[in-house]
Amino acid sequence: MSPTLAERPGRTARERGPAPAAPARRRRRTPNGPYRLTATSGLGLGVALLWFSALALVPLLAVLVETSAGGWPAFVAAVTQPQTAAALTLTVTQALAVTAVNVVMGTLVAWVLVRDRFPGKRLLEVLIDIPFALPTIVAGLVLLALYGPSGPLGIDVANTRAAVFLAFCFVTLPFVVRSVQPVLAELDRDVEEAAASLGATRFTTFRRVVLPALAPAITAGAALSFARAISEYGALVLLSGNLPMRTEVGSVRILSYLENGQPEQAAAVASVLLLVSLLVIATIQLLQRKVARRG
Amino acid sequence: MDSSPWVRRTLRAVVVVYLVLLVGWPVSLVAKNAFADGLETFQRAFADPSVLFALQLTAAVAVQVVLLSTVFGVGISLLVVRYDFPGKALLNALLDLPLSVSPIVVGLALVLVYGKNGWFGGALEEAGFRVIFAPPGIVLATAFVCLPLVIREIVPVLTELGTDEELAATSLGASRFQTFRRITLPAIKWAVVYGVVLTLARALGEFGAVKVVSGNFEGRTQTSTLLVEQRYQDFEQGTAYAVAFLLASVSVACIVAVTLLRSDDAAPARRPARPATRPATPSEVDA
Amino acid sequence: MSIEIRNVRKTFGDFVALDDVSVSVPTGRLTALLGPSGGGKSTLLRVVAGLEVPDSGAIEIEGRDATNLPARRRNVGFVFQHYAAFKHLSVARNVAFGLEIRRTPKAEIAERVDELLRLVHLESFAHRLPSQLSGGQRQRMALARALAIRPSVLLLDEPFGALDAKVRKELRDWLRRLHDEIPVTTVFVTHDQEEALEVADEIVVVNEGRIEQVGTPDDLYDRPANDFVMGFLGPVTRLGGVLVRPHDVHVEVLASVPASDDASSRPGGPVTGVVTRTTRVGFEVRAEVSAGDEVVSVVVTRAEARTLGLAAGVAVRLAPAQGAPTAPAAEPVAAAAPA
Repeated sequence: MSPTLAERPGRTARERGPAPAAPARRRRRTPNGPYRLTATSGLGLGVALLWFSALALVPLLAVLVETSAGGWPAFVAAVTQPQTAAALTLTVTQALAVTAVNVVMGTLVAWVLVRDRFPGKRLLEVLIDIPFALPTIVAGLVLLALYGPSGPLGIDVANTRAAVFLAFCFVTLPFVVRSVQPVLAELDRDVEEAAASLGATRFTTFRRVVLPALAPAITAGAALSFARAISEYGALVLLSGNLPMRTEVGSVRILSYLENGQPEQAAAVASVLLLVSLLVIATIQLLQRKVARRG
Repeated sequence: MDSSPWVRRTLRAVVVVYLVLLVGWPVSLVAKNAFADGLETFQRAFADPSVLFALQLTAAVAVQVVLLSTVFGVGISLLVVRYDFPGKALLNALLDLPLSVSPIVVGLALVLVYGKNGWFGGALEEAGFRVIFAPPGIVLATAFVCLPLVIREIVPVLTELGTDEELAATSLGASRFQTFRRITLPAIKWAVVYGVVLTLARALGEFGAVKVVSGNFEGRTQTSTLLVEQRYQDFEQGTAYAVAFLLASVSVACIVAVTLLRSDDAAPARRPARPATRPATPSEVDA
Repeated sequence: MSIEIRNVRKTFGDFVALDDVSVSVPTGRLTALLGPSGGGKSTLLRVVAGLEVPDSGAIEIEGRDATNLPARRRNVGFVFQHYAAFKHLSVARNVAFGLEIRRTPKAEIAERVDELLRLVHLESFAHRLPSQLSGGQRQRMALARALAIRPSVLLLDEPFGALDAKVRKELRDWLRRLHDEIPVTTVFVTHDQEEALEVADEIVVVNEGRIEQVGTPDDLYDRPANDFVMGFLGPVTRLGGVLVRPHDVHVEVLASVPASDDASSRPGGPVTGVVTRTTRVGFEVRAEVSAGDEVVSVVVTRAEARTLGLAAGVAVRLAPAQGAPTAPAAEPVAAAAPA
């Protein structure tokens, strides 16, 4: 996952891409190709596509094929099996809750990082990146150290649903922050001052002027953090105990199905997660296109 | 909009407390736990052949993944930005997919194709090439999750760069390859470096996908992250903390390095420049 | 003929950038490709350089067929609007680039680079990076870089377009002098008619993918082939169905507007009307005259205006001055055949 890279303006150029339907215009100052494919570059494209297919496309396709092998009833049976349904419900509700927390706290953190100055701010910047950098299994270990049985605070969330929530919070911390931060930094202070000069209170200015400008970035960050949360595995393993019907999440169900030699059921649950990933990507691309159009 | 001092201080306090409770404190505790018995834990951990093997395996996988990702990442970025071909828009969208797929799904997907009963797995195994439950599977799984990192760094830089410099080189007689080596590559050098460092950090820390495809055989396919899990569950917490601390240090160092380099990059004024230059007036400076 | 362009056609999707263009560029001259943005002049230049491949047609450079020659073998010096400086290389290494590619001996490269940097007055900047130069300096560096390979033709794509007005003027004069010193066949693209008229030996007017006229600056100004060329090279006004320059209008004050004036139906013939507005701009006076369905702009000197007593409400008869260039105006839109 790459929250720090995900949603910066200027990183969206690729997503915008050339609009194939638009009337071809004469290319202006610094055109970006397209060069014509030569024998060498054509070969390169072939090799690259082959590698990408072998690595990602064909395996992901295999998940869908495996799911469809049993037909619709088998799929429904797999995902409504009580233990699986409980795991999926837990995953989705906790992911939604964490996303809500991130929308508020992420925006707040971004606000403080952009608009406030104080000693140690740089350290906070590094703290934001740590969940992204840390191996997920280590993240679990880290949380156990403070919120586990022998934590100095005397709070023990291990093997409870709160552990799932905490782990999700930790791994998704950077998404909204890193998505909102650059937009907020670019935001024209003049507009806020104009609003203030027109008599708006600070809260009104924030709600009517700043928030709408940040909304696409917040949504994109929220989408990424939701996608990350529902697919999380490593940070939970040591923390949540994977108790069936209580703290077991979707990805753990996939793994246990697979280990029990039930690849079809594993694929069914995986397809659900995969579908959500695709939806998230689509959402973000749509948002970026919208933002790009708005200029 | 300058908030009043107390609003600012409250917000600042909330954010600091949140980050310290969620990240700062827990992370520092792991460091503390790792050094609880001084260096003894480390000495004991790194005398364990399984630990040494896991570290070596992780390093070897990371190196291979970095090489694969770099070559593939640079190549596909050039193709996607500079060339036109049917299906380009679709490829563009799909390249980001690995970022939001669950590691467990990645593992499952690879098992379904390269496992013993998978689409290609049987044939490969008959040809004497084992993927799943063997190091190649670990490399594949890690490469999958790292796939977009290099590309996401290079593509914006390449797009921003435009083709003028490349065309200028061409008109001066340079071949495609000469143009790439002498003009394009120096221009995207830092993006490649960032991509490589981020890939390295990710590759060292991958857990879920590797857990599914590796089989987790101690001394054969157990990577460092898998070892951390196993040792923790086997109540050898000292070893778990020591290895975790090592992994965490390298990954965090990678990220901090990129963050620092990047903020240097963003402020060219701070870059060492040749001395005694006449400062260009604003009207003369163009982006 | 140094560059021979024959029946070149180039489309981008369904946009026709060049529509069967044929033109010859003479050896050793400074030629301007002049026209509005998006008219195809840059595309034409890039086709000559081999940076674009034409859909059909042929390009000949120095008597050699270059149509299928890749850009790097055309030995063409190309200068880009935004300099295309190699940012990671010093000024000297930028200039040396083409020579290094050609595996020229080191000593020779050093000598040539020195010579060129002196020519473009950048000798004291040799070891700077392009980011440490001003825009004008970067463009001179780009020019030196293009000249280093001793190109058979030098092509400049809006070379001064990104510079501010003062630097642009300086560089323009300097390019003219440089060309007199090193008379390499040079083609430059510009949308600024003043730049073309001032610098070029010959001007090719390009519009909507077609060549409108080729000629010397005087030819074009005095004998425009059509309304487009006339309008593009300077201000025009419509008078009795023809285009004429506002300062080329002969003004005669009348006692009153004649009820009917059959003369005004003659194309280009005198028209009568009433002055609706006068504006003084420095030493000139601009007047708007409402004559039938036309609004004619007239420019006269202040002295003339005073002598004539030109003011709003005055009736006048207007005619193109003796020997003034005129061009038939395009049909009014209303008269065009329905699509």
